[in-house]
Amino acid sequence: MSGMMSGMGSVRSHNLGPADQIPPGEGRAFAVNGKQVAVFRLRDGSLRAVSAVCPHRGGPLADGTIDQQVVICPLHQHAFDLLSGCSTTGTEPLATYRVSLDGEQNLVLETGAV
Amino acid sequence: MTSVLDTPRARKTGRDPRRRLVVIGNGMAGARTVEEILARGGADQFSITMFGDEPYGNYNRIMLSHVLSGEESDADIFLNSLPWYRDNGIDLHAGVRVERIDRFTKHVFSSDGRVTPYDTLIIATGSRSHMPPMDGLHTPAGSVKPGVFGFRTIDDTRKMVAHAKEDHHRRAVVIGGGLLGLEAAYGLRSHGIEVEVIHSGGHLMSAQMGPDGGAVLRRSVEALGIGVHTGSRTTAVLGTDRVTGVRLRDKPDISCDMVVVAAGIRPNVDLAVLSGLPVERAIVVDDQLRVQDEDDIYAVGECVQHRGEVYGLVAPLWEQAVVLANHVTGADTSAAYLGSRTATKLKVAGVEVASMGLHGPELDTDEHIVFSEPSRGVFKSIVVRDNKMVGATLLGDSRKVAYLTQAFDRGLPLPEERLSLMFDLGTPGDDVGVAELDDDAQVCNCNGVSKKALAGAVRGGCTTVAGAMDATRAGKGCGSCKLLVQQVVEWAAGGAVEEDPAASYYVPGIPLDKPALMAEIRKRGLRSVSQVFQALGPGSAEDAKSKMGLASLLKMMLADQYIDERDARFINDRVHANIQRDGTFSVVPQMKGGVTSVQQLRRIADVAEKHKVPLIKLTGGQRIDLLGIRKEDLPQVWADLDMPSGYAYGKSFRTVKTCVGQDFCRYGTGDSTKLGIDIESRFQGLESPAKLKLAVSGCPRNCAESLVKDVGVVAVEGGRWEIYVGGAAGAHIRKGDLLATVDSPEEVQVLTGRFMQYYRERANWLERTYAFVPRVGIEHLRAVIVEDAEGRAAGLDAAMQASVDGYVDPWRERDDPLTPGQFRTSLPLTVLPQVPVR
Repeated sequence: MSGMMSGMGSVRSHNLGPADQIPPGEGRAFAVNGKQVAVFRLRDGSLRAVSAVCPHRGGPLADGTIDQQVVICPLHQHAFDLLSGCSTTGTEPLATYRVSLDGEQNLVLETGAV
Repeated sequence: MTSVLDTPRARKTGRDPRRRLVVIGNGMAGARTVEEILARGGADQFSITMFGDEPYGNYNRIMLSHVLSGEESDADIFLNSLPWYRDNGIDLHAGVRVERIDRFTKHVFSSDGRVTPYDTLIIATGSRSHMPPMDGLHTPAGSVKPGVFGFRTIDDTRKMVAHAKEDHHRRAVVIGGGLLGLEAAYGLRSHGIEVEVIHSGGHLMSAQMGPDGGAVLRRSVEALGIGVHTGSRTTAVLGTDRVTGVRLRDKPDISCDMVVVAAGIRPNVDLAVLSGLPVERAIVVDDQLRVQDEDDIYAVGECVQHRGEVYGLVAPLWEQAVVLANHVTGADTSAAYLGSRTATKLKVAGVEVASMGLHGPELDTDEHIVFSEPSRGVFKSIVVRDNKMVGATLLGDSRKVAYLTQAFDRGLPLPEERLSLMFDLGTPGDDVGVAELDDDAQVCNCNGVSKKALAGAVRGGCTTVAGAMDATRAGKGCGSCKLLVQQVVEWAAGGAVEEDPAASYYVPGIPLDKPALMAEIRKRGLRSVSQVFQALGPGSAEDAKSKMGLASLLKMMLADQYIDERDARFINDRVHANIQRDGTFSVVPQMKGGVTSVQQLRRIADVAEKHKVPLIKLTGGQRIDLLGIRKEDLPQVWADLDMPSGYAYGKSFRTVKTCVGQDFCRYGTGDSTKLGIDIESRFQGLESPAKLKLAVSGCPRNCAESLVKDVGVVAVEGGRWEIYVGGAAGAHIRKGDLLATVDSPEEVQVLTGRFMQYYRERANWLERTYAFVPRVGIEHLRAVIVEDAEGRAAGLDAAMQASVDGYVDPWRERDDPLTPGQFRTSLPLTVLPQVPVR
């Protein structure tokens, strides 16, 4: 799957490995194409992916606490909507990525134009 | 001396076309008047210059008693900080005293040699502490004797706190049993000082109430451990170079280390007298607050005499400021100040006091309705003349005060059944009082917020109490009106009151307070954070902000029955280390009581070298902190250390700091080191609503700083141990309250555990003991924990024992990570550390 080109601009898919490397309700960080991406597995099983570095002071968002809507940065408690990337506490937004599972329960992340 | 002389005429030809307003005095009256002037477009009319004797911005003098008691920090009481003056274009000379006014050439001369011209002048010099005549107040050199204090300024307060904190200072005498004196006594008491109040009147607060009320108040004050001597006059302060006691007329001397003089205030009128302005008891002003026979000089506040009255309360001052501002700016030249009917509503030494008008009947035809319940500290007295209320005193219960104040102010007709003046008889209760309130009635006397303004804020969308308080500043002064503010908001919201979610919920995402939440968890048998959200969350929704608090609560309640879901933990608790600004972690190995060994030190050194630890730091809790450890290195660092976790990262029991103790210290009276180690061994790692930092000191010199710890133990002569609770010396400084003095280290351990368990069960999430202890009250804690008045001691001890038994060293997870990638880096591309290495 990795490196597959789609018809819409330069979207690239990246296989990040098995989903169960992320415990339910937590996040793990991945280096993808020179970018740091935090992927979260919500407790209902759905997946979210956002840029891994908090725009406020560089906090590691994969270490944050999440619920169904937001991730809270562990350093200064800025919160971000996991779908839109917008901050609910008034700081800069995060980049968001599409992430899904393939047939073998691997995480597939899309980078480039969405 | 250089003078900068700037003539009025020269300035008028200059570029600034505005008139020059000079304000002498930057206290509550001066600053409030300027605020009122600015609110009326005064900045367009005037260039404003202010002089303040104190080298600060403007602060809330009423709150000094809270600063003294440690309930507020001095930074919290500032109303206008220095940038406020700059932002409003005000030229503030702080710490500069005006020495003379030349009212003919219209200049003021200040202590810095400056000569400042004015077009309009406002005098707001306030008042100062009255020092009644007595021997020995001063040293032979003429300065006030060390240990003697007034209670008027922020500097007075800071000096008093500093003096009270010195170890050997144990006893204070407060001269004056009025409002200020009782506040001083209460504040000093909270520093653990023994306090005696000497009052020349026949009963406490004799200016505000009659003897019967005074007797009830005395009982409440004495219950706080404050000694009261009424009908006593202090004739001398004893001691040659410092205070050693006071001499009373007809009574034995009282020894003490400090004397606070709170025998009333006197207007500061020296400047006015020197400048030839009319002064009787204070500066004489007319109904426009204009100084008598002066066109351009106004005066406001406590330095003013209006129609023969001199006021020492804040409410008249606000009214004067409005009238003055209306005149000076021309906003309403018909405004007139006709005097204030002084109704006081205060919290004195923790007791609610409201007083207005007469204290008792004066004519044979006056009706006097009295209710007295001294055991609860409640006293109510109302004087009625010609079916109008002419006086009231309420003590310990001010629920009807809003209605009574209005009845008093406006002379409203009274209900035939007089008892309903004091109590709500079969009516819906407090709401009636608020509904009856006039629109213009002032709810918050500190910030001058009317019922109308508050109701307007609610209609404008501020439907929570906190929201309406933020919008109007109501309740943000001394805070004594908060109950009334809440009632008005509830009334204005017409039943559609929005609860303040954060106010009572234990965690923001579950709409229950702590007792209700714990009851539901027990009733439903909930065992994990996700089960709690499922059962109790609105729409069964998770809430990230609530997870950590719930995880801690469930662990405390259920011990080994708790189902530990790692995502509910904060990162620190997932990886058992404290996250740092660059995403690395700090590692603090356990070092019980701050005692270490050659082996430990050697191992720590080896680990630090092997892992190239960027910073090794001694902590305030007497531990060694290894900083800058990468998350992925944590398990190896722990393995190499082979020491248990020191818990420097959790909302949990942290450390017990100890002094050297009797083995080595030549002053030591108890084995503090051993007791500290024993306490830490027993309670290590316990979850709690907020962190717990402890200390054990081997003698009253207190080298381990036990008086400012969540639980602090002090060995005293005779093999006894004092236990203090609720102390703090971080962002907040508070001296702990003495919970008990016991005879053995074993009893210390029992009471320490019992206190901590009670705190764990009762405190709000993130509520440190310094807030919890004063909230529930040390008397209550003593009753529950020491005297077992509620029969709960055995239950608390058993719950604590279950938690102790459930303890597992979290660093054991190094051998077997609990979740996949538990110690995987979260910033894979970032080269660490970003924090500079020393």
